Amino acid sequence: MPTFLREVHMKRHNLLDILFRNITRLSAFAVLVLLVAIIVSLIVGSVPSIKTFGFQFLTSAEWDPVTNEFGALVPIVGTLITSAIALLIAIPVSFGIALFLTELSPRWLRRPLGIAIELLAGVPSIIYGMWGLFVFAPLFADYVQPWLIEKLGPLPIFGPLFQGIPMGIGVLTAGIILAIMVIPFIASVMRDVFEVVPTLLKESAYGLGATTWEVMWQVVLPYTKIGVAGGIMLGLGRALGETMAVTFVIGNAHKLSASLLMPGNSISSALANEFNEAVGELYTSALVELGLILFLITFIVLSLARYMLHMLTKREGSTT
Amino acid sequence: MTKLNRFLYLFGLAASVSLAVDASAINLTGAGATFPYPIYAKWADTYKTQTGISLNYQSIGSGGGIKQIIARTVDFGASDMPLKLEELEKNGLMQFPAVMGGVVPVINVPGVAAGQLKLDGKVLADIFLGKITKWNDPALMALNVGTKLPNETITVVHRSDGSGTTFIFTNYLSKVSPEWKSAVGEGTAVSWKAGTGGKGNEGVASYVQRIKNSIGYVEYAYALQNKMTYAQLKNHDGQFVKPDDSSFKAAAANADWEKAPGFYELLTNEPGKESWPITGATFILMHKKQDKPETAKEVLKFFDWAYVNGGKMAEALDYVPMPEKVQKLVRGAWKAQVKDNKGTAIWK
Repeated sequence: MPTFLREVHMKRHNLLDILFRNITRLSAFAVLVLLVAIIVSLIVGSVPSIKTFGFQFLTSAEWDPVTNEFGALVPIVGTLITSAIALLIAIPVSFGIALFLTELSPRWLRRPLGIAIELLAGVPSIIYGMWGLFVFAPLFADYVQPWLIEKLGPLPIFGPLFQGIPMGIGVLTAGIILAIMVIPFIASVMRDVFEVVPTLLKESAYGLGATTWEVMWQVVLPYTKIGVAGGIMLGLGRALGETMAVTFVIGNAHKLSASLLMPGNSISSALANEFNEAVGELYTSALVELGLILFLITFIVLSLARYMLHMLTKREGSTT
Repeated sequence: MTKLNRFLYLFGLAASVSLAVDASAINLTGAGATFPYPIYAKWADTYKTQTGISLNYQSIGSGGGIKQIIARTVDFGASDMPLKLEELEKNGLMQFPAVMGGVVPVINVPGVAAGQLKLDGKVLADIFLGKITKWNDPALMALNVGTKLPNETITVVHRSDGSGTTFIFTNYLSKVSPEWKSAVGEGTAVSWKAGTGGKGNEGVASYVQRIKNSIGYVEYAYALQNKMTYAQLKNHDGQFVKPDDSSFKAAAANADWEKAPGFYELLTNEPGKESWPITGATFILMHKKQDKPETAKEVLKFFDWAYVNGGKMAEALDYVPMPEKVQKLVRGAWKAQVKDNKGTAIWK
């Protein structure tokens, strides 16, 4: 090839390269722009509400569309508690699933079980909601809740969490349904990261006489903790924002109640329920501010998790 | 078939095809209340087969319907809550009632059959205020002598979403209970003092069916279709009535539409021995000044057709058609209020 031709060729390649780089950069920045745009529009939308209620919006449990008095305490508490219950249940179960799949399961069972978990992750959330309302809640009300009320209700300290009437729906039910929904996410991430632990490491531990439990706890888990935490964060993210399934079973009452068996509300289900029919500027604005708060909660929780992880890796560096 | 016949047949076919093409150019859009959706859909379907004009109605909720018509994104809006005259004026809108229905208290108390439980307005309000918490409360026992009511806690079920059904229900409670009026008031969404919320009529219906010793309120059609245990109510004249077509019609007959400015008429707690106390109409909203007079005329033609031909269909779906007297008033309002840009009436 003559030199001038090669130069032309190179130039064209250069041009393409620049073009390609800019397109990818544009795509990456588009995400940032989108994020900022969402935050800005949420803030703009909630200005009337912020002006009217100020900081009190976060601490007031009042929610009265007739007199236009709004406070976000009930939905905030509901969102945090249901997500906490979900993680409390989902983390150990997911750990068990991942442990079984990677270490204990017979080889022929691994694939079908793994596929089943992935399929579970793909089920639309409204299906979980309907199943929760029509199948789970009646069974829960007939067989589990009476027992909880009778046995745990009279206890000191955490007894009030389990008092009330067996309705089947409520904060606890919402938490359990959320747990079922996030288990596939957390479990499949855990399984994937457990699988990449070098066999050499595990074999060495087994060679030293460690039990499966000890290998899991002291070799696999420390090796994969960032991935595991990432999986948990993924689950938490889904639990915080989950709308339809929670709306079906949480009971949708703007009321603070000590008992987990009583109905409550979450931010996303309040939005789903009320946004369509919200009349008047202040009502709409209060709902938008709820959205902004959910945004902030998710942001804070995820940043905290990042920070914790960062501290964990740092400390590890100093002790070993 | 002779040649002439065949020619006529083809001609007719061509004519009908061209007609259909013409008509399909007009596509009417509406949005709003969910409560009348089944009957609007049925009317639209039948209307299309008869005239070729299609009507696309989105049941996004009354609040949404009001927003959409103000923003002029649809040809008409629909709301279960009528707008007050000054709100209509402010937005240049007019409204008229399309069809009526009733709201029914439904219960799930083991051993109590449909229509067996008797309630009056005050007791119903006290239950929803959370003041009466047991089924064997003295106030309930006094209304239901001879009926065995259990010593169980009442679970109240209300709507979690904003709804015209809630508006009609809370409007009734505000009329019969001063305490309700001051503590809660009326609206498509209110600050409930007790209970748990279900999304939509179907949500409330399924909660009531699933939770023992519960009470809720749904549209009559839902109570009927789900075979729910409804309660009798004491009406304005002190009579206990059952919810059905005739008691809704009785309430509607006693309404004085003529004296209602902008058709702002609520059919709750109407006088009359037979009147069901929680009856309500659902409304259509249109702009008074129409940029597209042709489309507006088609919308009015559709509702005129529905008034004349849609009564049977409405009854089949457990709605109550508007009485002829009211239809006449509505046509008068169309003529007087809906105009094109030049100010000439669209409806003649």
